[in-house]
Amino acid sequence: MSQQAVNGISHRGRVLTLDSMNPNVKRVEYAVRGPIVQRAVQIEKELKEGVKKPFTEVIKANIGDAHAMGQKPITFFRQVLALCSYPALLEDSKFPEDVKKRAQRILEACGGHSIGAYSTSQGIECIRQDVARYIEKRDGGIPSNPDNIYLSTGASDAIVTILKLLVCGEGRDRTGVMISIPQYPLYSAALADLGAVQINYYLDEDNCWSLNIAELRRALNAAREHCNPRVLCIINPGNPTGQVQSRQCIEDVIRFAKEEHLFLMADEVYQDNVYAEGCQFHSFKKVLFEMGPEYSNTVEMASFHSTSKCYMGECGFRGGYMEVINLDPEVKAQLIKLVSVRLCPPVPGQALLDLVVNPPQPDEPSYATFMTERTAVLSTLAEKARLTEQIFNTVPGITCNPVQGAMYTFPCITLPQKAIDKAKELGLVPDMFYCMRLLEEDGICLVPGSGFGQREGTYHFRMTILPPTDKLKVVLQKIREFHLRFTQEFS
Amino acid sequence: MLSCRRRASLPAPGRYSGRIPEWHTETRTDIKTDINSNMWNMKQLEYGALARRANRIKDELRQGVRKPYKEVIDVFQGDLHGAGMKPLTFVRQVLAACVYPPLINSNNLPLDVRQRAQEELGRCVGGSVGSYSAAAGIPEIVHSISEFIKRRDGGIPSHPENIYISPGSQWSISNILNVLVNREASPRTGVLIPVPFYNKTVLSITQLGAVTVPYYLSEEQGWALQVDELQRALESAKGVCNPVALYVINPGNPAGYVQSQKSVQEVIRFAWEKRLFLLVDELYQDCVYGENCEFVSYKRTLSEMGPPFSGTVELASFHSVSKGFLGECGLRAGYVELVNLDPAVMKHIHTLSSKDSCTPILGQIALDLMTDPPKPGDPSYPLYKQEIEHIRAVLVHNVKRVHEVINSLPGFSCPPLEGGLFAFPRLNLTPKAIQKAKELGLQPDTFYCTRLLEEGGVFTGPGWEYGQKEGTYHIRFCIAAPQDVMEELLRRLSSFHMTFMKDFS
Repeated sequence: MSQQAVNGISHRGRVLTLDSMNPNVKRVEYAVRGPIVQRAVQIEKELKEGVKKPFTEVIKANIGDAHAMGQKPITFFRQVLALCSYPALLEDSKFPEDVKKRAQRILEACGGHSIGAYSTSQGIECIRQDVARYIEKRDGGIPSNPDNIYLSTGASDAIVTILKLLVCGEGRDRTGVMISIPQYPLYSAALADLGAVQINYYLDEDNCWSLNIAELRRALNAAREHCNPRVLCIINPGNPTGQVQSRQCIEDVIRFAKEEHLFLMADEVYQDNVYAEGCQFHSFKKVLFEMGPEYSNTVEMASFHSTSKCYMGECGFRGGYMEVINLDPEVKAQLIKLVSVRLCPPVPGQALLDLVVNPPQPDEPSYATFMTERTAVLSTLAEKARLTEQIFNTVPGITCNPVQGAMYTFPCITLPQKAIDKAKELGLVPDMFYCMRLLEEDGICLVPGSGFGQREGTYHFRMTILPPTDKLKVVLQKIREFHLRFTQEFS
Repeated sequence: MLSCRRRASLPAPGRYSGRIPEWHTETRTDIKTDINSNMWNMKQLEYGALARRANRIKDELRQGVRKPYKEVIDVFQGDLHGAGMKPLTFVRQVLAACVYPPLINSNNLPLDVRQRAQEELGRCVGGSVGSYSAAAGIPEIVHSISEFIKRRDGGIPSHPENIYISPGSQWSISNILNVLVNREASPRTGVLIPVPFYNKTVLSITQLGAVTVPYYLSEEQGWALQVDELQRALESAKGVCNPVALYVINPGNPAGYVQSQKSVQEVIRFAWEKRLFLLVDELYQDCVYGENCEFVSYKRTLSEMGPPFSGTVELASFHSVSKGFLGECGLRAGYVELVNLDPAVMKHIHTLSSKDSCTPILGQIALDLMTDPPKPGDPSYPLYKQEIEHIRAVLVHNVKRVHEVINSLPGFSCPPLEGGLFAFPRLNLTPKAIQKAKELGLQPDTFYCTRLLEEGGVFTGPGWEYGQKEGTYHIRFCIAAPQDVMEELLRRLSSFHMTFMKDFS
């Protein structure tokens, strides 16, 4: 090594700096786990250390994590997964026969009969077959090809994978991706990371967050000036808004996608979370095929589902899949290459997905308990959705659309001008200021609406409806009181 | 319709070996494709075809089709369980109890298993492995990992805030590469990669739009890494790309080389001098067999070298639960330890990892069990020790046998396997065999592997997938299989090889 190298360099200078790093990464934000959550974690530490606060715990109503809020896992799923983890338990008479059968079937499909072996990158074949059968049953018999199913590490992984495939071009040719405002910030984060152009289309708050084709068209036409719009993302049921699209709306969207030559991404992870009367989940795939071959043979689409939401709430397993429709076989070959980079999705998550799409049947021993548990979770969520809407709408300055589905409420909050000014002074976005105050004063962690997107001059927050009913009532009450206090303070 | 209209002159699959296609790549601006053109730059993986054929043969065997063998010996990937090795009992008992907590009250499980499961669940939000964790990983487990690193490295501290758990090491590697590779940069970002290499990482590099700069490991010296060669590689990048990172695999994959401390120091010094970010894959740190061989981590060496190196060389070290004694590839969990990174950049890395939610909780727990295993005195310790020693004995035995058998066959040679989980023997194919391969439009070693699969029922990987000097041929196969499976593999391989060499003499 040269003497100069030893002496001459007082400061070698880092290779990786803010200047040299990928500029796209700098633009990535993810509000759900953003600054407010970091503060919440800090406060939790302080509480543990004995610091006195006006509350004894932080209620994290920021993230769609059902188990974190006390929801119990489905017994059948956990029993099968335990047997898959430690097959010696197959000899244990305490487990029902159907649990053992399922575990055996899954293990047989695994390399070396172990969930620790790699699976193929696309996911275990018999599980993909089961997913296809589930989709067929759900969609009234419309065929689903297992080759079009790609298992993934949660739905997020599949969403990002498709975006990686689709985003290309330079300058004015750069891929534009249409996403709703408000949206789940994985989309904006992924688009920033990939350097894609985000094209915002506004959901109609005055009409229960409905989707408007005229608004889609407006957004698209404006975007054509500066990018190449190629993708249209829909979240149904919606996150954060919870709206459940009508069948007519879905048809209109599909028609629009065909007319404008757009690739459809249908994020359907909340498909079992539908509460409002008159609302029903219609899968994009089903509607597409019912519209006839003119559409079903041409519109390119990917639908996403996961094991993290619905009644399972198994976020920690990272299970999910996507079904792709009308993808060019050569493009599918590229897709395989792309998913092979990370080898394979977690096998326990694949196994769990298999159970979700293939639950206990009426003639099986675990059926009764399974149905009781499933019904309890979904009916409790429905009740909490109603309760939330009801209570928030009694608060002057908070307006809350019905929570038709999903797991969140996204109410509109009216902030006094003085509060907005104060926020600006502090260098904070007004709804972040509001949420930070709520966190500090009441120990309730929500995510400011600015993290999801909203119309200029409007403010919101997203709260999950996941805390247990009694706790939720307390939370709603506290937010009510806080809002009145806050409004009073800045009047 | 989303399409892939190709340029007529796009290289046919498998045309390259000895140099990486995208290294001497023509500019791709005239490719009219609707999809991300980096997808095309990702080297065509012919194993896709080989893997599909292997699956088809497995299906045929299941359906009772007669073949010269009863089952396919699948040693294509570094997959211990897939090859028949057993998981560690303690790990699986703890995981089962975490998944189904009523087992914690079951007397069928040892006390330390039940206590450990309770501990792990206590760290999970809501006491369930079904909830999300913090993006970087369950804090107590991250802490466990830092303690493990500290113990391993003779007391050199490891800071938890520099550790990120991810769904497998490749996930982590591609995240770090994503931060390093500036797609808008001109000249393009370059990454030095060893030849032979681990193909997944190289796929990541290409997919991100960076350029690979190959440096050749020295086959004559048991695949040793030589700094002169690093120098040559760096020189060759002049005017072509801007190399920012040096990717090292130690112990090697597929090359079973274990770097001496001196070698590690040389590489660190080189990275310091030439301003390169060090990306070090240390997944096989528990797989060291060679006499006088010892794994020494880059982190430890860097720290012990003192200033100016210890405070400035940027280092990312990767490890996972997939290899070593656990072999839990399917759980998808690994971690990266980042050293000397710019704090402002670290903030962005943190945000980037947060959008990925979190690593599967079962995988994180497996990481904890790996870094904090049963200790002497624990009820599970005797069995744990026995199982570890058994795995080790099998690997040591296999490594000897593979070396013996391969080197006894004409036209086949391999250096002693010092570490890692693969053999990468060299094939001296005859001109006739090479000619036949060309006729079939296959790489010569792919041709060999295809025949070996069809006729011998052994699924291995062709050397060109992993990179090799032009005009040389190799195969790669995993040596982590039960002894009887390995013996059967070697028997079939020998028989096939003799026939093959005779057919093409």
